[in-house]
Formats: sequence, structure tokens, C-alpha cells
Amino acid sequence: MSAVEEIRSQFPILSRKVGGKPLAYFDNAATSQRPHSVIDLQQAMTVQHNANIHRAVHTLSNEATELYEKGRKAVARFIGAESENNIVFTSGTTASINLVAACFVRGGFLKQGDKVVISYAEHHSNIVPWQLACQTVGASLEVVPVEKDGTVDLQRLEAALTPEVKILAITHVSNILGVVNPIAQITEIAHAKGIPVLIDGAQGIVHRKVDVQAIGCDFYVFSGHKIYAPTGIGVLYGTEEWLEKLPPFMGGGDMVAKVTFAHTTYAEVPLKFEAGTSNITGGACMAPAVEFAQSVLENGEMAENEHLLDGAMRRQLASVEGLTLAAAEAKERIPLYSFTIEGVHPFDAATLLDKMGFALRSGHMCAEPLVDSLSQTGMLRASLMPYNTLEEVERFGEALRRAVSMLR
Amino acid sequence: MTIAELQEEIIDEFSVFGEWLDKYEYIIELGKEMPQIEESCRDDSHLIDGCQSRVWLSCDNEAGRLRFRADSDAIITKGIISLLIKVFDGQTPADILAADLGFLDTIGLKENLSPTRAGGLVAMIERIRRYAADNLV
Repeated sequence: MSAVEEIRSQFPILSRKVGGKPLAYFDNAATSQRPHSVIDLQQAMTVQHNANIHRAVHTLSNEATELYEKGRKAVARFIGAESENNIVFTSGTTASINLVAACFVRGGFLKQGDKVVISYAEHHSNIVPWQLACQTVGASLEVVPVEKDGTVDLQRLEAALTPEVKILAITHVSNILGVVNPIAQITEIAHAKGIPVLIDGAQGIVHRKVDVQAIGCDFYVFSGHKIYAPTGIGVLYGTEEWLEKLPPFMGGGDMVAKVTFAHTTYAEVPLKFEAGTSNITGGACMAPAVEFAQSVLENGEMAENEHLLDGAMRRQLASVEGLTLAAAEAKERIPLYSFTIEGVHPFDAATLLDKMGFALRSGHMCAEPLVDSLSQTGMLRASLMPYNTLEEVERFGEALRRAVSMLR
Repeated sequence: MTIAELQEEIIDEFSVFGEWLDKYEYIIELGKEMPQIEESCRDDSHLIDGCQSRVWLSCDNEAGRLRFRADSDAIITKGIISLLIKVFDGQTPADILAADLGFLDTIGLKENLSPTRAGGLVAMIERIRRYAADNLV
């Protein structure tokens, strides 16, 4: 068995059919599929270890707590965090960014007249929370453009980082362009001016080995469901300095040390940010999910495979007349391809491709400002994972050509 | 013909297609053949913003019967719209409001009507019903 076949065999959903055709799942940037190791633990959390955590003294609660905290430790190891105390579990990337934005406001780190800097290639999740924060305090949002190759314009970025800027929030990899930003360099530029950096790692964490300490960022956020874990669990990595400094986000159980009606003291970081009953199953499942991701990222054969898939995908896309690939000149990209086809509406193409077994994303893909600048009608996006095969990509080319000939 | 009869006619037409491909080729054909909406109606006031495809709809009341014209930038959406127009055009507001659109399910296009489907059709049907309600005597 090849490495790809071996990986693929661990994802039961990939053998299902759609409309009588074998499923080719190309919407991985929206959510990835789950391997047996994750599915099995997800089930075990229900049939074996279901209890609330951090509280009771009984066996089930101890087991659940241990598995949840094991998930946190696994995530810390996976991203090279200083310790598991730097890992806050949230419901996803969106929740992580909202947490930081809201706490910047509540803690007085973002005030009237201040600025937040983002890039043009952000997902709505890294735009709207900052708009809300800025509106609350009377701060403003500054947007730095991207270069033709899809990376953020470093000169314009540097110019935008004025003393009023209180945080730079930028994507590791754009969910539309698939281009990898030089986040270590970007962090260095911001830090030279004393500006903290939040990296949206929703796409980046899946396809690149991330070492938060090497990057030097203050926050790195991502979702579990894009990296083999279930939906509803996400990660906020923060430096000890920031996690200590920020006030709590939500109040409630599990985030407190001592409560009286007059005064409450809070639990230590990271529990300070995890009010209420967490997604215990999701947190636990982060362990097998990131272990799986790690084994793939460290597999040389898989790196070679990604390279082959990229070549094949580009050949297939180039075979369609009138097709324009976004950020085609990217120096470094993940296997994510957004494109437009002249005379073909993405909704129509996605509908026909679905009938042929191909799951693609179409539309604005939660990055309306960027997509609107590239197309009037939205785009199509094919995003691959290590379990996608050359054969699928070649079949995709045939299907796409067929759909286009029907629609023109 | 009544709305129910027109729906039956469409169901008959679609019954010859065994393959999804033939069905969609026919829908695409219908989309391409659909008469253009007046250029002046392709504006924001006639726009029904679905998430992914835009739909324009105009409605005129001609002696108690509603005349619909529509357009979309997506051809499959347009084809399905032409089926809706066929069913609703020239009908009375009361008949439109009482209509059951079961035919879209019968001919296998139900997925286009799920509320999360991004094609704008659900919003379009709502707009047709609203026009009908507004014109109810």
C-alpha cells in the first residue's frame, strides 16, 4: 500500500458514494474528514468516559478530565508551545479571534483612536471581530493589500504599523489564495515596533509544520475540524504574558478560583478563559487529530505526494479554456485552488460537479472583500488533503471540462 | 391551465430523463432559452440576493393575473426559475398562494429548495408569494 492509500484507508467516509458516483471530497478547506482514531475516541467519550471535567472525584470525571487535558498537551506539543498552559480551548478559530478582540477591549488594550491592522486576504472571522471591537471603543481598522503573488505587501505593512496600532491580526494562509505568508518575518516586523501579532492559522496549521515559538507570535489560532478533529473545538495559543494580562472573556463555572457575591478570583490560565462546560469530547479528540496530522506532516512520501498533486491539479486547471487561477504565481502555496471560468457561474459548475461526485466550494467562501476584488460572481475552490489522490485530481479535470462544456 | 395542471405537464416532461445529466442539460437549455427580463428590471429593486447566484424578478398585475419575468446570472438557477415562471405566470394571486410546489421534489430538484441552498430560489419563491399576497383582492 502506498502512503496515500494507507492514509486514505483510515477515513471511512471516503468510500461512500454521492449520487451513485464515488465521492471525491475537495472541500477540505471548509472542513476535513476524520480518521478512525478520532472517530473511535469520539465514540468512547460518549460510551465510556462521559462526565463533566475538573470537578468531581469519581472515576468517569477523572477519565474525562485526563483525556481532555491530554488533548491540550498534544496540541501544545504539536505547535511547539511553551507548555499546555498556553493552550486555551475554544469552539473554533472564530471564537478564538473573538475572544482576543473582546478581551483587548475589556482589558483596555484597544482604546479610542487606536488601530487594528489586518490584511486584504482575511477570512470574515478575522475581519468582523475586529470591526466590532473597533466600533465599541472608537478605534479604526487598517487593511494592508496583498502582492500579485498573494502574499501580504510587506512594505505597505511596515508603513501601516504606526504607534496607534495595538494589534496586527493576519492570516498564515488565505482560505482563498492558498498562499503562505512569511509569518515569522511579519511577526518580527511588528515586534520591532512593539506591536503584538495574532496569526489566523485555520488553513496554515493543516499543511505546514507550525512552531509558535520559532514564529514568535503572541497568538496563533485554529479550528479542530479543519485538521481531522470534530467541529466545535478550536485552539487559542497565547504567550504566557498575554494570557495572564488579558481579563477573562466569559464568566461562569470552571473559570473561577473563589466566588463570593462581593468578589471573585479567577482560575489560572488557561481555565480562566474556559467558562462553562467545555467541548470535552472535542478537546480529547484533538490528541488523535494532531497526532495524525503530525505523522502526515513528517512523512516525506506525503510531501512528495503534495507536490505531485499540485502539478496534476495545475495541469488539469490549465486544460480548461478561460480558467483563471487566483494567485497563480504564488511562490509557496498549500493545495488549495480558487478559480473563475469565463462564461461559467461557479454555482452552476459546483452543482454539476456535485452530480459527478465532486464536493467543491463555490461563492464568496467567507472572504467577500477579497473574492469581490477577483470576481463578480464568486469563485470555485478545490482544496485537497493528504487523502486525496492523483486519480481523483485527474477525474476532476475530466468532470470540470464536461461541466464547462455543458454550461457554455 | 391551472397551477396543478402545469406542474403535471412538467413532471411528464421530466419523466423521460433517466440520467441526472440529461435532466440538467434540459434545465440548462431552458435557462438559455428563457426570454430576457427587461434590462430596466435588472436593478437592485428587482434583485433577490441569494448567497451565490443573483436572481431578478419583476411582477405586473394584468387584470387580476400576475405576470412574472425573471433572470439570474447562474444558468441552472435560471432554468429552474423558468419552470416556476411557467407554473405561476398568468395565475391569480389566490391560486399562487394556495399552490403546493411539490413538482420540484417529484422531478428531483428538491435539493435546490433546501433553505441552505445557495441558489436564491427559496428567496425567489418567497418573493413571488409576497407579490401574490400584496395583490390579493
